[in-house]
Formats: sequence, C-alpha cells, structure tokens
Amino acid sequence: MASATTAPPGTPALPPVAAQSFLGFTRAQAIALLLMIAALIVCPFFLYPQFLMKLLCFALFACAFNLLIGYVGLLSFGHAAYFGMGSYVAAHAAKVWGLTPELAILLGGASGAVLGLAFGWIAIRRQGIYFAMITLALAQMVYFFCLQAPFTHGEDGIQAIPRGHLLGLIDLRADMSLYWFIAGLFLAGFLLIHRIIHSPFGQVLTAIRENEPRATSLGYRTDDYKLVAFVLSAGIAGIAGGAKSIVVGIATLTDVHWTMSGEVVLMSLLGGLGTLFGPVLGAATIVSMQTYLAPFGAWVTVIQGCIFVLCVLAFRAGIVGEIGRMLRVRL
Amino acid sequence: MVSFQPRRRRSGNEADRVRDYILETEGLTKEFRGFVAVSDVSLRIRRGSIHGLIGPNGAGKTTCFNLLTKFMQPTRGVIRYDGRDITRMPPARVARLGLVRSFQISAVFPHLTVLENVRIALQRERGGSYDFWRSDAVLRRYDERAMALLGDVGLTTYAQAPAGTLPYGRKRALEIATTLALEPVLMLLDEPTAGMTHEDVDRIVELVRRVAQGRTVLMVEHNLKVVEGLCDAITVLTRGRVLAEGPYAEVSRNPEVIAAYLGSDPSVSGGSQGGVAAHA
Ligand SMILES: Nc1ncnc2c1ncn2[C@@H]1O[C@H](COP(=O)(O)OP(=O)(O)O)[C@@H](O)[C@H]1O
Ligand SMILES: [Mg+2]
Repeated sequence: MASATTAPPGTPALPPVAAQSFLGFTRAQAIALLLMIAALIVCPFFLYPQFLMKLLCFALFACAFNLLIGYVGLLSFGHAAYFGMGSYVAAHAAKVWGLTPELAILLGGASGAVLGLAFGWIAIRRQGIYFAMITLALAQMVYFFCLQAPFTHGEDGIQAIPRGHLLGLIDLRADMSLYWFIAGLFLAGFLLIHRIIHSPFGQVLTAIRENEPRATSLGYRTDDYKLVAFVLSAGIAGIAGGAKSIVVGIATLTDVHWTMSGEVVLMSLLGGLGTLFGPVLGAATIVSMQTYLAPFGAWVTVIQGCIFVLCVLAFRAGIVGEIGRMLRVRL
Repeated sequence: MVSFQPRRRRSGNEADRVRDYILETEGLTKEFRGFVAVSDVSLRIRRGSIHGLIGPNGAGKTTCFNLLTKFMQPTRGVIRYDGRDITRMPPARVARLGLVRSFQISAVFPHLTVLENVRIALQRERGGSYDFWRSDAVLRRYDERAMALLGDVGLTTYAQAPAGTLPYGRKRALEIATTLALEPVLMLLDEPTAGMTHEDVDRIVELVRRVAQGRTVLMVEHNLKVVEGLCDAITVLTRGRVLAEGPYAEVSRNPEVIAAYLGSDPSVSGGSQGGVAAHA
C-alpha cells in the first residue's frame, strides 16, 4: 500500500472523490439542480407567477430553516420571528422610505440577522428541547412587539407595498419582471446555502453535528460556529420574508405568528430534513395545497395535520429523502 | 502514598518544576451533588513520559480527564499546564494549547470519511474556519498530510470510507490519528485498548509507543500488561483518591494497591490481580 508520504510531490495522493463532481454537487444533485432551474424557467408560462413567487419565498425560508435543523442539528421553533421581521422591515423600507426593492429586501435580511444574533446568543447554550422552547418564547416576544409597535400597524399590517424599480431602473409592476427577480434571488439564496454547507465552515458544522464534544476537544469553539450558522439562517429567513412582502404587497401578523414557525418545520420535514432539495419540494407542496385546496377552507389545516402525522410515522426521511434512499443517491 | 520523587515545595525553583512537569494538579476535587467522584487529587506528569492512570471502574479516571481538559469545571483545586494556570479556561482553548484528549467511547465523526475526520483536525491550523463563502476545495491541501497520518496508523485503504463503517479497533486508530493531527504536546488517552482483540491491542501499543516520541502521554488503561510495557510511571486511583504513584514495579508491590485490586470488581480486565501480584 503506497502511502501519501511515498508519492512524489505534485501528484495527487488521492483518487478524486467519486461523489464530488461539480462545485461540491454530487452527480444526482447536479441533475436535480438543472431540473430545478429548468422548472424555474418553464413554470411561469403555465402557472400563475404570483403563486410561483410566493412559493419561492417560502422555499427559501424552508431552506434557511433546514440549514439549522438539517446541518447543525438545531431545532429552532421560532423562525417566524426572522421571516416576519424581514417582512415588516422590507415593507416599511419600500413603502415609507421609498427604498428600491432589492435594498428593502436586503434590509429585511439584515434585520433578520441582527435579531438572529441576539436570540441565537441567548439560545445557543441550551440543548435539545430547551433550545426549541427558548427560540419559541423569544419569537412570541417578537409577535407581541409587532402587535404593539406603531410601524407595523397592528392588526392591519403594512398594506399596498410598492414593488418599485429594481436598482431604481427596472419597473417590477409586471408580474413576469418581478418573477425573474424573485427566481434569481431564490436561486442565489439556494446556492449560498449549498456553499455554506460545502465550505470549511460547513465541514466544522458537520463535525459539530456529528460529535460536538469531539469537535470541542479538537479546539473548536462550537458555540461560536453554531451562532454564526444561526445568524446566517436567520438572515436568509429575513430575506425570504422581505421578498414575500414585496411579492404579496402586504406584511401582516401572520408572518410572525407561531403557526408560521410550525409551517416551516412541516415544509422541511415533508421534503426531507438535511437534504438540499427537500425544503424546496416541501414548501412547494404546502403552498400548492394552501392555494389549490383553499376552497375547502378549514380542511386544509386538517389535511396538513394528517400529512404531518404520516411523515412522522411512515416517511421519516421526507419526500426527497425517500427518493434519495430508493435511488441510493444524496439529494 | 508511594511517591517516586520527593515532593519539592511550592516555593522551590518554579522554572525547574515547569521544565520537569508538563501538568500538575493540586487538590483537584469534583463533586456531583454531594457525591465526591474525584477527591483531592494531586498529579504530576513528567514531561516526555508516558504516564498511566489506573484504578477500578468508577474510580474517577474519566472524570479526571474531563477536569484536566476542562470538559468539567472542578469543584476545588488548581490545574497547571506547561507553567500556566488553566483551571478556568474553556475546553477548546485548552485543546488549542496542545492538551488534547481522546474519549473512552470512541469519538469519530461517523458520516464524514476517514480522511475528512483527520482533515477536521488539520484544518485547525487555519485558525477559525468561519469562511462560509469559500469552497471546501481549499481543504484539499491538507489531504496529503491526512493521508500520511492515516498511513502511520495503517488506515490508508479506508481513507474514503465513512468513519462510522470502520471496525471498532480501526475507529480507535482513527481517533489517535485525528488527535495526532493537532500535534498535541500532552495527549490524554482514555482506555485506548478497551474492547479490542489481541492484535489490535498490540498495534495500538506499538502506535502509542511511537507517537509518544517527543510528547507526553497520559493514559487510562485497564490492561496491566500494556501499562507495564508502556508506562514510565503510574498513578493508582480508587474512589476518587490517589492511592499510590510511582514507577510500575514499585507501585505494584504496594500492599494497599494489591488489596484494592483484589478487593475490587474482578471484571477489571487484563488479569489485574494476577498482573499486580505477579510483579509484586
Ligand atoms: N456527570 C456525572 N454526574 C454524576 N456522577 C458522575 C458523572 N460522571 C461520573 N460520575 C460518577 O463518578 C464516578 C467516577 O466515574 P468515572 O470517572 O467515569 O470512573 P472511571 O472512568 O474511573 O471508571 C462514578 O461513580 C460515576 O457514576
Ligand atoms: Mg472511565
């Protein structure tokens, strides 16, 4: 067995890792990515752009949530706080301050990140269910803040948010113009999350998820890494929330309500925790159900509950997780 | 208590002591809700030596390791490492100073490949790896050194396998390779041969002997044959207290030590009674 020490310098000591093909995507992931991009391009010609844009905002939100639960092993049960704060701040910035949509959304992301830093700092030292409870409690505080604060307009929310001009140049009032912007934003966020997972930082995160005491014993300040991941996740959730308010034109208490935190858990779980594409598919399923089953009224909630139970009992790995298992690939 | 060196007073030549001893504890105590797991332990680990920590199950050896590596905060006592008081330091900081532990239950990152396991440790030399925007392709520059380390512990062929799929003995070897990647000054090994087959034990003993060159090793070990063959000095712990300390030959003759071993859990492996008595 020739060890690396005997190999002449310059020759790769290792066979290239079979699974790693392109920028850290496995072959299966690269194919799925191309399919997703194709769907992003084709879908608006067959489905309502308004519906698709909403779907993409929630997909990004779910991806941000999955970054924490799937890759760090942290169950945040208060992610609505960052989504909702992003939504309100972007709405306020676009409507009252007249900021361009991309700046408003970015500001929404920043406010999500700042909130994430404060809350993460408090919560990160707790383990397991205590972590979930604290994130939930803090998110409830944000809800009551939004209920009372003047700029959120209480029960009415911020309405008639202008879509504005992208970079001050491109008019986004036409649905298709806004769609391309939102699709691009979603794809950028999605790729950013993939990069985070496949970065030196992501390697340490994986190590922490797999065996935190061992990571500590190797000299990593694990709380710091978890906090950075938390801030990133909250920031991306804020961007998703900001984008959502620009798309729908309103920011309301629904965005910060605890049921929103529950919904993002459901989306990720349904799609497959810890898979790259799972949250996207999970969000697509839930948003589709909410849109197309809307005539059934309260039954939507019942159906969602049933799906949740079914997932927990039968499809632990979620849709994408199960597909990956059947095809024996990582998605 | 058997002391193989007359104790120098604290007011003695500080520099000499730091030069001689890499690690010292004074009155180290850990209580768990009234139960004293480690009681007034004063250890001195000679620089460059292999030091054994032995004692029956529940004696407090692992707790000692947790205290020394700051995974637990002592109730009382002082820990000095390389002339510096580390009693209040967080565990990651202690690790970065070169005091690195392994775990009694084998600690690998099961879903990372064997190569990636070692690389996580090598990656430490970048400082903090907070660069989430950079591709992990930058870590490939550590591959060669990681492979060399894997070669040292005989794991070259397993490099691309997920660490979780390794047989038990190989996991321990991987753990040692990962620990070595940090180039520790003082290495703490908690029962590195526990639950291993004979060949695996021999391989680990050989490995420990080799890696102990140029560093200090403190190891918990039940197999007294291994202890006798490897350790320059041993400390015997029972019920949280130091019973004896000194070279193996000397300590194993101590009647109190023999009594403690005879009177204790016979499941202590490695023919403990026979081991101690035979060399009495
Ligand atoms: N975290 C803990 N909480 C309470 N008791 C503990 C804890 N860790 C260890 N102990 C107790 O301390 C004693 C010493 O344990 P340990 O250090 O693991 O012994 P050894 O490694 O020598 O077998 C045991 O009685 C054990 O039950
Ligand atoms: Mg132990």
